Amino acid sequence: MSADKKRLSLGSIVRRPETGSVIGLVAVFLFFAIFGQITFLSAAGAASWLNVAATIGIVALPVGLLMIAGELDISIGSMIPASSMIFAISSGYFELPIGVGIAAALCFGLLVGFINGYLTLRTGVHSLIVTLGTLFAVAGLTLTMSVALTGTTSVAVQSPPFIKATMGDFINGIYQVTIFWWMLWAIVLGFVLHFSPIGNWILALGGDKESARNAGIPTQRLTIGLFALSSFSAAFVGVNQAILFNSAQVSAGMSYIFNTIVCVVVGGVLLTGGYGTVVGIVLGTMTFSIVNQGIYFTSFNANLASLIIGVLTLAAVVMNNSFRQMALTYAPKKAEKKAEKAE
Amino acid sequence: MSDNSKPPVLELRNVDKSFGPVEVLHDISLKVREGEVLCLLGDNGAGKSTLIKTLSGVYEPTRGSILLDGQPVRFARPKDAQNRGISTVHQFGGTFPLMSIGRSFFVGVEPTKKFGPLKVFDRKKANEIAVSAVQEFGITRIDDGDRLIGGLSGGERQSLAIARAVHFGARVLILDEPTAALGVKEAAHVLRIVLEARRRGLAVIFITHQVMHALTVGDHFAVLIRGALAADFRKGEKTREEITDLMAGGEAMAELEQEIQAYLDESPETEPVQNRPASSEEAV
Ligand SMILES: Nc1ncnc2c1ncn2[C@@H]1O[C@H](COP(=O)(O)OP(=O)(O)OP(=O)(O)O)[C@@H](O)[C@H]1O
Ligand SMILES: [Mg+2]
Repeated sequence: MSADKKRLSLGSIVRRPETGSVIGLVAVFLFFAIFGQITFLSAAGAASWLNVAATIGIVALPVGLLMIAGELDISIGSMIPASSMIFAISSGYFELPIGVGIAAALCFGLLVGFINGYLTLRTGVHSLIVTLGTLFAVAGLTLTMSVALTGTTSVAVQSPPFIKATMGDFINGIYQVTIFWWMLWAIVLGFVLHFSPIGNWILALGGDKESARNAGIPTQRLTIGLFALSSFSAAFVGVNQAILFNSAQVSAGMSYIFNTIVCVVVGGVLLTGGYGTVVGIVLGTMTFSIVNQGIYFTSFNANLASLIIGVLTLAAVVMNNSFRQMALTYAPKKAEKKAEKAE
Repeated sequence: MSDNSKPPVLELRNVDKSFGPVEVLHDISLKVREGEVLCLLGDNGAGKSTLIKTLSGVYEPTRGSILLDGQPVRFARPKDAQNRGISTVHQFGGTFPLMSIGRSFFVGVEPTKKFGPLKVFDRKKANEIAVSAVQEFGITRIDDGDRLIGGLSGGERQSLAIARAVHFGARVLILDEPTAALGVKEAAHVLRIVLEARRRGLAVIFITHQVMHALTVGDHFAVLIRGALAADFRKGEKTREEITDLMAGGEAMAELEQEIQAYLDESPETEPVQNRPASSEEAV
């Protein structure tokens, strides 16, 4: 019986989609702890990658849920600057109340998400293509509107102390408050995916859309909701960045597209859907950010970071694949069955 | 066994189903009664899956009506049919390879427990019910609800999908080619499940391409040929040969079938179909 318990726990480890990402995180952390100077392990070192992780993580979480549901969203790359600009133009350039600017930016996020979801359902075209379309459309719209309205591509905005403190400030001078928003987001979405019935629907939707629909899941509402969530989160990050830096630029966000996908995939989410965890996405985001920032604490050429991220992504995917295979073939009573047969 | 004075549980009246200009079902009228197995037969592409999708709320009929207990009903989505006690295992589907047994079993009808003000998925309960539901059907190898579906054999997956349908199917159980991918023993299990469901008073609609399976469990047979109802008869009204010919879909096939039959079988059986025991290989 005790042997059986042990097997079960091994099984439950192997079955967790984030097992690979734990290994990846430990590996890169040790790598930079060894090769980085002592500052990597200091509070400032931790802050440098945590700040990056938080900003990417807020978008990577809903993008990960979408991927688990079998969809992709790359329009976040232009959603982030678009919402920054909407906020800065409303509350900075036109000096509207701060709440109006924030609300306008977030509502635009919801709207674009709704359009992404609706078009994906309506046209049957893969969401990669649909969101590629909205990526360009939103980018073009942002540039045109900001030049037309303000005559520039960079707008300053000052936020009142309360907004600054809750949305875009540093704690102890080094940690962005965004880190708390990221944690909150991880808890909320972790609850949704793993503990609420909706999480089961998301897994089913990504596993087999047809069967999910036949099982009575409101697949259309769910798809639109998830797209709205990811665009909303991107808009939130855009507003957050504008508050933090007291300004917004038209061209800041394209790097988020690939960065979020790397975080999610390193975190053990299956690109084709149906498999993944929130803990995995969080770990993947941390791994990515450690490599992204840790390189500056080493004596290596900073350009090597991309190489490491590339290799890491491939390694993580291969490792996650083999863990998934083990999870599938894992049967707790195998040894017992064999013993029975031998008798 | 069935009570003809009561209205049929489920009835189709002059149902047509078209996809754009393509008419897949033409003027179908059918009745299914409590405690009765309706075998839906027909060649590939005859429209069997389309017919049962119409009954389970996946498609709405283009024309005609569906009656439940004699009352017209409209199923706008699969959930509507489920809520009325119609439970379906679709061809090639129903399970999710990368989900656990417990989670997959309860997709769309998740059991929840209270956690403070929140409702959380009750994993323990889901696993227990799922495991005991499959074990009831003789698949005792499945004993851990956390196992992933993708690690099960085809037969185990199919049994799980059927156990799920039986668990939630209060009144009508619809199985689309449940024995297609199964070995002899697993197919026998499925047939036993069908008979058990009938004994419990459910109406069962059973699609198969195998004459033996149809004859073993069917009380009532309906044959579709190119979307139209070509024959609708009760057990004992037609010979096995006639049924085989009908299942093959047409006259030209019937001759070929007979040739093969004559070639294989020295003394072709001509007496009307009898109520056969539920397959001999399962008797242990
Ligand atoms: N969504 C759809 N749109 C257009 N045509 C369809 C659709 N679904 C089915 N058909 C067509 O309807 C016909 C009947 O298909 P159906 O799947 O009902 O056949 P079937 O009797 O279940 O066949 P099989 O025994 O191979 O499962 C086929 O010619 C198919 O191409
Ligand atoms: Mg079919």
